[in-house]
Amino acid sequence: MNILLSYSFSSLAAYFHNWLQSIIGNGILLTITELVIVGVVLLVFLILLAFFLGYMERKVAAFMEIRLGPNRVGPKGTLQIVADTVKLLFKEGFTPDAADKFLFNLAPGIIITTALLAVAPIAFARGFQIWDINIGVLYISSISSMAVIGILMAGWSSSNKYSLIGAMRCGAQIVSYELSIGLSLVSIVVLTGSLSLNDIVESQANGWWIFKGHIPVMIAFVVFVIASTAEINRAPFDLVEADQELTGGFNTEYAGMKFAMFLMAEYINLFVVSAVAATIFLGGWMPFHIGGLTGFNHVMDYIPSSVWFFGKTLFIIFIIMQFRWTFPRLRIDQLLNLEWKYLLPISMVNVLLVTLMAIMGWHL
Amino acid sequence: MILGEEDYITEEGEFVVNMGPQHPSTHGVLRLKVWLDGETIKKVEPHLGYIHRSIEKMSESLSYRQYGYLTSRMDYLSAHINNLACALVVEKALQVEVPARAQAIRIIIGELTRIGSHLLWFASAGLDLGGVTPFFYAFREREAINSIMDENCGARLTQNFMVPGGIVYDVRPDFQSRVKEVLKQFKDNFHEYNEILTGNVIFQNRLKDVGILTKEDAIAFGCTGPTARASGLSCDIRKMYPYDGYEKLQFDEVISTGCDSWARYEVRMAEMLQSVRIIEQLIDNIPEGDIVAKTKNVIKLPKGEFYQRVETARGELGVYIVSDGGASPYRCKYRSPNFANLSAIPHIARGYKIGDLIAIMATIDLIIPDIDR
Repeated sequence: MNILLSYSFSSLAAYFHNWLQSIIGNGILLTITELVIVGVVLLVFLILLAFFLGYMERKVAAFMEIRLGPNRVGPKGTLQIVADTVKLLFKEGFTPDAADKFLFNLAPGIIITTALLAVAPIAFARGFQIWDINIGVLYISSISSMAVIGILMAGWSSSNKYSLIGAMRCGAQIVSYELSIGLSLVSIVVLTGSLSLNDIVESQANGWWIFKGHIPVMIAFVVFVIASTAEINRAPFDLVEADQELTGGFNTEYAGMKFAMFLMAEYINLFVVSAVAATIFLGGWMPFHIGGLTGFNHVMDYIPSSVWFFGKTLFIIFIIMQFRWTFPRLRIDQLLNLEWKYLLPISMVNVLLVTLMAIMGWHL
Repeated sequence: MILGEEDYITEEGEFVVNMGPQHPSTHGVLRLKVWLDGETIKKVEPHLGYIHRSIEKMSESLSYRQYGYLTSRMDYLSAHINNLACALVVEKALQVEVPARAQAIRIIIGELTRIGSHLLWFASAGLDLGGVTPFFYAFREREAINSIMDENCGARLTQNFMVPGGIVYDVRPDFQSRVKEVLKQFKDNFHEYNEILTGNVIFQNRLKDVGILTKEDAIAFGCTGPTARASGLSCDIRKMYPYDGYEKLQFDEVISTGCDSWARYEVRMAEMLQSVRIIEQLIDNIPEGDIVAKTKNVIKLPKGEFYQRVETARGELGVYIVSDGGASPYRCKYRSPNFANLSAIPHIARGYKIGDLIAIMATIDLIIPDIDR
């Protein structure tokens, strides 16, 4: 029973590794084979995830808007998103005449690549991590800020004025909100003393940071959710796309699969920021424990660690989706005011508080 | 859209963007040529004429029974009120007494139209500012109102019900109960509108102090309707020049002195409740009797000029008819509210951001076919 409770996916990975080793033998070929397998599995998983999130978004939107949502294709409309993908696949991948063709076609690739790369250090379950890098937090925040290059590239190369305005907005927006995200991540790094996501999850074995970090960590959590919604350009911070103002912003000129890649990148980014929030503040794959209630804690332990991780992640995704279907869009100056006048000063003071808390040991 | 190189970037380094004719927020084929300095608007120039159908010229070859039907295609959200204006001008010229029953039904239908129109404005204002959900809230009630229109005059859009002398058909027997049902639904759900938009801080910040239209400017540009009333100008035709029995009813003219987009929002929200109040006074007191006054088969207006103004959902609609004594107008001219309201946009949008231009257009509530006619 104890083996089941503390089951770590690392043993499964070790088993596969040994099996491949016995077939291929040691060497560069083994590494390449493993990378390819991981890459393909990850890609399939993320595409399915993007499908699921697309379906979920439609259903959440329908729920908020007193509608039914997709209910024709497949059982309960679950295959609607597949039908949409097939449609997008068969559409012409149109490149405008006046566009900078190389950059125009490169941009979706860059955006999707940055989205995929950011998934690497996330711990999906106990011992289930693609890359246990010791600077995971730094890695994620630096990779996700590279998406701005892709968006700027798409906006600039489209040779469309709306796209250009969207790209310029994106530059201002993402660069600003990076700071708040960074500072709210720093507050947990200060408490844990490690940049590794694995260490951060392990440090929450006796309580999630949002509970044992008191009010400063809660503030950091709220700031993180707001700033990451802005970072991934979702409503109410979707000024980069702003259909009603810029007719789609940076992706106005994109169609077919190139557009689908932007869409997929958006959902993967949504998953990544929610997963990071779940990992850092809500304990990742750690089960929910209440001190003293041994029986209750024991029952919680029986729930698999991956269920905990995805449950927490989907909860945050659900919250971010509700933002989109509730709030109107901000104006560009209001957006920057929110960051520079409110979120950033709050996070700076908050980091000081957290540091004080860490020095005094109040969080233990 | 033909763009010369010289239009692209001006000498001062301004960026010229054509908003429209195909743009999600112009609600039709309006083209706004916008000179931008970064995000800031330096100048706006509306270009019209994309859907000009020469309704006024066509009216000259139609009879007085027919010409009103075209007005449903002008401001299609105030179709009944436009028809009413056309009917009223003929009645005025012929000095016909409209039966009391027809008058009451006309007012009820007209005010339902006003609520429906303001609901669509609410829906699209929310949508323009990036909130999709209010759209569905407002359409829930608008659909119910449209169903009443559908049942009684056979159309959901381009409705035609008012004819010279009265109304074209009698209403269905369940008209009163259906209207009460819809009003109850509207009043029960009204708080949801306030929860989703009115009370939202983001929404308020988007509208407050945006697009200031002073009272002097409102008069100078000839603005009417909720747009002018939000600038403190008392201009409700129903109060100033009562027509068709409005003088017997109790209702308030909603005036705000905020002058900004938020004031325009508040005025329209309050006007919906005033319309409900008007309908409630009438719905239980619809008199029995004829629905249309007797007129000759071929209506011929006496020689002269006739003018009638009504308050549509967007402002003052004036119908000006010159008659040479024949069976069709010699000259027909509509003074449409949206044309005058649009003329204020270049003035009030200057110096604001792109997002504000959308907010200004949303709260001025333009219907493009009414501008072009």
